[in-house]
Amino acid sequence: MYEKTLTQLAAALKSGEFSSRELTAHYLQRIEKADGKLNSFISVTAEQALKHAEIADNARAAGTAGPLVGIPLALKDIFCTRDVKTSCGSKMLDNFIAPYNATVVEKLNAAGTISLGKTNMDEFAMGSSNENSYYGPVKNPWDLTAVPGGSSGGSAAAVAAGLVPAAMGTDTGGSIRQPAAFCGITGLKPTYGRVSRFGIIAYASSLDQAGPMARSAEDCAHLLGVIAGHDGRDSTSVTRGVPDYVESLNAPLSGLKIGLPKEYFGDGLDPDVEKAVREAVKVYESLGATVREVSLPHTHFAIPAYYVIAPAEASSNLSRYDGVRFGHRCDNPHDLIDLYTRSRAEGFGEEVKRRILIGTHTLSEGFFDAYYTKAQKVRRLIRQDFLDAFEDVDVLMGPASPTPAFDLGAKKDPVSMYLQDIYTIAVNLAGIPGISVPAGFSNGRPVGLQILGTHFAEAQLLNVAHQFQKATDWHLQRPAFAEEYA
Amino acid sequence: MQWETVIGLEVHVQLATRSKIFSGASTAFGAEPNTQACAVDLGLPGALPVLNEQAVAMAVQFGLAVHANIAEVSVFDRKNYFYPDLPKGYQTSQMHHPIVGPGDIEITLEDGSTKCIRIHHAHLEEDAGKSLHEDFHGMTGIDLNRAGTPLLEIVSEPDMRSAKEAAAYLKAIHSIVTYLGISDGNMAEGSMRCDVNVSVRPTGQEAFGTRAEIKNVNSFRFVERAIAFEVERQIELIEDGGSVIQETRLFDPDRDETRSMRTKEEANDYRYFPCPDLLPVVLDQAYLDHLRSQLPELPADKRERFQNELGLSAYDANVISASRDMAEFFEAVHNECGDAKQSANWVQGELSGALNRENLSIANSPISARQLGELISRVLDDTINGKAAKEVFQALWNGQGESADDIIDAKGLKQVTDTGAIEAMIDQVIADSPAQVAQYRDSEPEKRGKMIGYFVGQVMKASRGTANPQQVNGLLKEKLDALL
Repeated sequence: MYEKTLTQLAAALKSGEFSSRELTAHYLQRIEKADGKLNSFISVTAEQALKHAEIADNARAAGTAGPLVGIPLALKDIFCTRDVKTSCGSKMLDNFIAPYNATVVEKLNAAGTISLGKTNMDEFAMGSSNENSYYGPVKNPWDLTAVPGGSSGGSAAAVAAGLVPAAMGTDTGGSIRQPAAFCGITGLKPTYGRVSRFGIIAYASSLDQAGPMARSAEDCAHLLGVIAGHDGRDSTSVTRGVPDYVESLNAPLSGLKIGLPKEYFGDGLDPDVEKAVREAVKVYESLGATVREVSLPHTHFAIPAYYVIAPAEASSNLSRYDGVRFGHRCDNPHDLIDLYTRSRAEGFGEEVKRRILIGTHTLSEGFFDAYYTKAQKVRRLIRQDFLDAFEDVDVLMGPASPTPAFDLGAKKDPVSMYLQDIYTIAVNLAGIPGISVPAGFSNGRPVGLQILGTHFAEAQLLNVAHQFQKATDWHLQRPAFAEEYA
Repeated sequence: MQWETVIGLEVHVQLATRSKIFSGASTAFGAEPNTQACAVDLGLPGALPVLNEQAVAMAVQFGLAVHANIAEVSVFDRKNYFYPDLPKGYQTSQMHHPIVGPGDIEITLEDGSTKCIRIHHAHLEEDAGKSLHEDFHGMTGIDLNRAGTPLLEIVSEPDMRSAKEAAAYLKAIHSIVTYLGISDGNMAEGSMRCDVNVSVRPTGQEAFGTRAEIKNVNSFRFVERAIAFEVERQIELIEDGGSVIQETRLFDPDRDETRSMRTKEEANDYRYFPCPDLLPVVLDQAYLDHLRSQLPELPADKRERFQNELGLSAYDANVISASRDMAEFFEAVHNECGDAKQSANWVQGELSGALNRENLSIANSPISARQLGELISRVLDDTINGKAAKEVFQALWNGQGESADDIIDAKGLKQVTDTGAIEAMIDQVIADSPAQVAQYRDSEPEKRGKMIGYFVGQVMKASRGTANPQQVNGLLKEKLDALL
């Protein structure tokens, strides 16, 4: 069953080929067998999943089931789930059980999907390799010595290994697209405001956005249709209507204007990655698209701007973890300052502390204008770069990451890790959507093609990605791990 | 040396919204600890704020009432600091783009003169919770019911020059917010709290002295006392060769003094930045026009009208217009009886006295404005005399009748103006008081005036207070003088 895409599974459930209970049990068994090696899950909620599968089967039998009823999924452990631990990959929240569901979770529940559990992630979504998790690193199923990418590394690895047909991730600077690329799956970061952030533990509020990670663009289209839409509980979610993302998947691409940002093909780009991306672009040409070079002149400011804005917001967002009301509290504090300092020193990992310190510094009196205000100006320029480019072309294409998955422990220096996100980070600063689709391999490790569109162009991105996946089979490749261990 | 005091006030007004500024939890006062705090107020991970539209409308109404510019775009900022009763580790406030821009308020001083105090700005923010230090055996309890309650912080320019002016300003704010109905103005429950900035400078000097900020002064009286103490402290300090340092001080009402809380060097760096969870608040002209059209007549306008159109004294007009409830009660009484001066006298005299004695607000008066108006009408048309009116008032207060007329009838208080009836009573009193009549007759003429009081009293008694006192007086004099 695990070989099937989510779309195929939905069809099989509908035709009665197997039940949701059988399907759910099948994936739970695979998790049981394989996840000791991958470490892609923090919590597995087998009992609850089987119970929900039965309810789904009953709904199918009664004829009241929607298309995704009974489909198993996994949630990055950043989505609050009632009665199930939501750790955000941190010791700080190892004991935290939210009294409510994130809106994304509510919507998925309402659609009848079944959560198998909560996936591993970089602590508070800060990282590009999943090595920053309190629960240990996740391995890449294509090569267990490689990282799966981050911060949604658990979701990406679990989908790639066939432990779950699809998973939810979040993307603040590339955290869906980069792990999707590293693990050879399809991952979509929607436009900022398209999906409610309510109940998603905040890292950088003006950049965070949730999206689907699955085997194909078609799978992502099904899931985005479920999770997108306005939410009165998130002031930044937009009221704009949600189109039918599945219906538009098969629009022809003839006449599609593709732009290749020259800044995305410069120094530091792995030749194998470049080759795979250029090959993919040729496929598009064969489908009737035209290609031209474009420029996003402020690209090289994206990482510095991001590492001012995101830590600034994070330093404030993470202030609530103070040991007073929930989360980790140090033993026997002797006064208030001791309670704060030890609870936070013990509860947070190194990278989280680093970003809190950066953010606290950049927001401080005397530094604010030089850092924060300047970074916001840069952000506007970066956004304008994209808007200008989309005057001339329909979509932009380039690599999702400068290299394929690197080895575990290879990037010791934080800045070299930050540079991983060079092609993804500007997209969050601009608020536009982006998708990463599998486009080849380099030494057995997957390469991702990133496709970018203007604000709310998700339907177009999914269409463009789907047509590629109809013409190629990179997205159907499975790591040997999927068969060997599970 | 002569010193001049310079005072600026930051007044926090709790807005009377039903739910909190960023969540749906109730704002009702006095609930069990932590029963009115939802995920947003608790700062739970993933919870997000959603702005309460009512709080925005109330802030705008205040701005319109103080002739302020309302910002087309205002922005919420985060004020970051750690404190156990601040659940998120930041307070959502408006630092750089407040909703209400510069405006002004007219205050009335005790001598009836007025002065204009400029408002620097007013901004919306959320309240913190409460730390409870008692009953926890050396630990601290946290009650987050108040966390997220909407506040309007009104910041004045340093335009006040005495404690009395500061108190008058505070009263004017109180009056405006209660008129608008945007706050209950209940200072005892913390619905209005005040930070006072005080400095002194030699009279004639233009530059301001170094100021101290006195935090959380929570009554009109305390504002005056805190300023009085602080001014004296600063003057003494300077005259003894010292200098005032910029610091935050606390007023201790029990010891009637202010104490240092933290100096400028110890002050927090709040790391303000725009809150990314909230969109800028954008208000259009139509919205402002709509709210403007809903504004009630404000205290200053009422005061002026009471003086100019109804002929009240400046003092009466000021006292009555200070509270919307009292002003509206007065107007209803006046509508009923048509005599503004009498209405003002009764509302401020008998009624206010009775309300104060029983600690009732005018909104809860046992006597309605209509009842009081009818009562006054009966005095004006000579149905009853002043003494009987007080008795009728008391009976109405006690609920002994529906209207003044009912009580007048039931108690037989209708004034006797029939000369024959009064003469009969006088004759009886004179007949019953031979000794007093003799004394009257034997007295020096200039002392008789005083003695007549005895006879008046007896006649009034005989009439059970219903005889017209002027008539009694006149007739008695005639009859007694006839005996000479």
